[in-house]
Amino acid sequence: MLGLERKDTYLMLAVAFITLFAPIILNPFPAGSALAQFNAGYPDLMQRFVIFGIFAIGFNILFGLTGYLSFGHAAFLGIGSYSAVWMFKLLSMNVIPAILLSIVMAGLFALVIGFVSLRRSGIYFSILTLAFAQMSYNLAYSVLTPVTNGETGLQISLNDPRILDGPSNGGLPVTSLFGAEMRDSTTLFVGPWSWDFSVGYYVCAALMLLAFYLSVRIFRSPFGMMLRAVKSNQQRMNYTGLNTRPYTLAAFVISGMYAGLAGGLLAAMDPLAGADRMQWTASGEVVLMTILGGAGTLIGPVLGAGFIKYFENIFSKINDGILHQWFAFMPDGLENVMVTLIHPFIGKGWHLTLGIMFMLVVIFLPGGLVEGAQRTGRLFRRRDRNAGHVESDAARQRAAAE
Amino acid sequence: MGILEVKGVNKRFGGLQALGDVNLSVKENSVHAIIGPNGAGKSTLLNCLVGKLIPDSGSVMFDGKSVLGRKPHEINQMGISRVFQTPEIFGDLSVLENVMIPCFARRDGAFRLHAYETVRKETDIREQAEAMLEDVDMLDKRHMTASSLSRGDKRRLEMAMCLVQAPKLLLLDEPTAGMARADTNNTIDLLKEIKAKRDITMCIIEHDMHVVFSLAERITVLAQGTPLVEETPENIKGHPKVREAYLGEAQV
Repeated sequence: MLGLERKDTYLMLAVAFITLFAPIILNPFPAGSALAQFNAGYPDLMQRFVIFGIFAIGFNILFGLTGYLSFGHAAFLGIGSYSAVWMFKLLSMNVIPAILLSIVMAGLFALVIGFVSLRRSGIYFSILTLAFAQMSYNLAYSVLTPVTNGETGLQISLNDPRILDGPSNGGLPVTSLFGAEMRDSTTLFVGPWSWDFSVGYYVCAALMLLAFYLSVRIFRSPFGMMLRAVKSNQQRMNYTGLNTRPYTLAAFVISGMYAGLAGGLLAAMDPLAGADRMQWTASGEVVLMTILGGAGTLIGPVLGAGFIKYFENIFSKINDGILHQWFAFMPDGLENVMVTLIHPFIGKGWHLTLGIMFMLVVIFLPGGLVEGAQRTGRLFRRRDRNAGHVESDAARQRAAAE
Repeated sequence: MGILEVKGVNKRFGGLQALGDVNLSVKENSVHAIIGPNGAGKSTLLNCLVGKLIPDSGSVMFDGKSVLGRKPHEINQMGISRVFQTPEIFGDLSVLENVMIPCFARRDGAFRLHAYETVRKETDIREQAEAMLEDVDMLDKRHMTASSLSRGDKRRLEMAMCLVQAPKLLLLDEPTAGMARADTNNTIDLLKEIKAKRDITMCIIEHDMHVVFSLAERITVLAQGTPLVEETPENIKGHPKVREAYLGEAQV
């Protein structure tokens, strides 16, 4: 289907299914129940899942395939956001021109930054990209205030021109897709459950599916094979008549455009852009997502992005009060000990939990969560195959007997 | 006029004159060996031919065109392929992919953004690569990861990757270095077979006399960066200058 192999088609369909029904899948616990705090099916978080999924998918095209570890991809995320907000200010609140400009601008910046950074490889490349991203961050924060509105961040306001929309009547306009407002959502109540279907989420989800599809195509293309060859042996590449530089640059620009799309979508969901989106911690986050999920795998980066965003938003909400509730069945002394023990890992300490999980994954599953899933799958399949042998043996004996 | 003409090439590293006024002419469709003791400048010369090093002076003409100042990938596209001392292959990729990559390089040039095509649908390239693997008896290993091959198979694979490009000149940098005698003989047989099947010029840099005398039609002896003699194998064996510079250390 769509020029994909059967295995990839199944993967694509599975991802599409999960994305489309995410509002239901991510809200498994009835609203109001004790476990409802683990529900992740609210629009704001789901949008983050898919937007950072796009960011990580793009990052994986560079890092997973070519092995070039960029530590500055958040710069493109930020550039995407600023471009989108400017589009909202100048042209229209429709998200399409905004997103298009985000992708184009991020691509242009990636072309320049990549052209310079890709003259070096390994750690020097990482440092160069990091330096560029920090430069962008500092420029956005101070020098370029007329463009970026510095510390406050770039926002839309009532006296923006918005050429296509005309003057707004009343309050601040909201981002929309041909009239369908991004923040609109319908809530469906089924028994004790409630599911939010938001326009914004589905716009992001559709774009993520498109981004994912394109990444599968790139992985299976001759171009993708060349990128893997770059990672494997650049010397052999050169002596095989292939110029590695444009290959890596193309991968860098494509992944920059993915980051720009993600940044544009962030702004489309909430039309403001701040310099902190470009900071090095944000660049580091996408590295973590990709490695945690499985660098160089198709689905890994999306899993990693979902995993980290879930932790960031759900684990960080658990506080001591909730812990006391959980351990209320214990004797008082023991309850306090338990709460004290777990306290550093929750709430603001979620980074600690994430750090430990990251270490465990890197040490025991170098291929990330995807490798974990594959190992589990292989375990089951081996059992199946053994069962199959027994059956075929039995069949052979029967045939021999006859 | 040979397919490869090296004239007056000099290369200096700091105080060391690695190559001094090297002249070399390799005839089309011949097997030419360059021998010499350690430090004679064999590898430096080879690196000057493939664009890894640029000589301080002199000229290197291949097929009537200068290779000086061109990058390795450009020189390869001109028709020079290189086999390394330790096989350089794409270890993370499958054997078949390893051979498909040079096929793509040959068809599409040094760069093409074929990001929306599918490898599986490139049947021509695939058939070409499989035919090449068949030729070196590795078709049954095509789905293996290249890094898991034995050393001998890696060497075969690297040869296949070079040959599938149908180069005019194949440069071999000590193709049997560090090999056991049996492997060395296999490599000699492989090279003879390759030579018998197609029109190709080979230039071998080698330490092992056995290899050189079984393959080469012409031999150039390098010593301290300068060619001493260029002769047929028969005449080299008894040449007094060669004996002095090289064979004196290892009797043949």
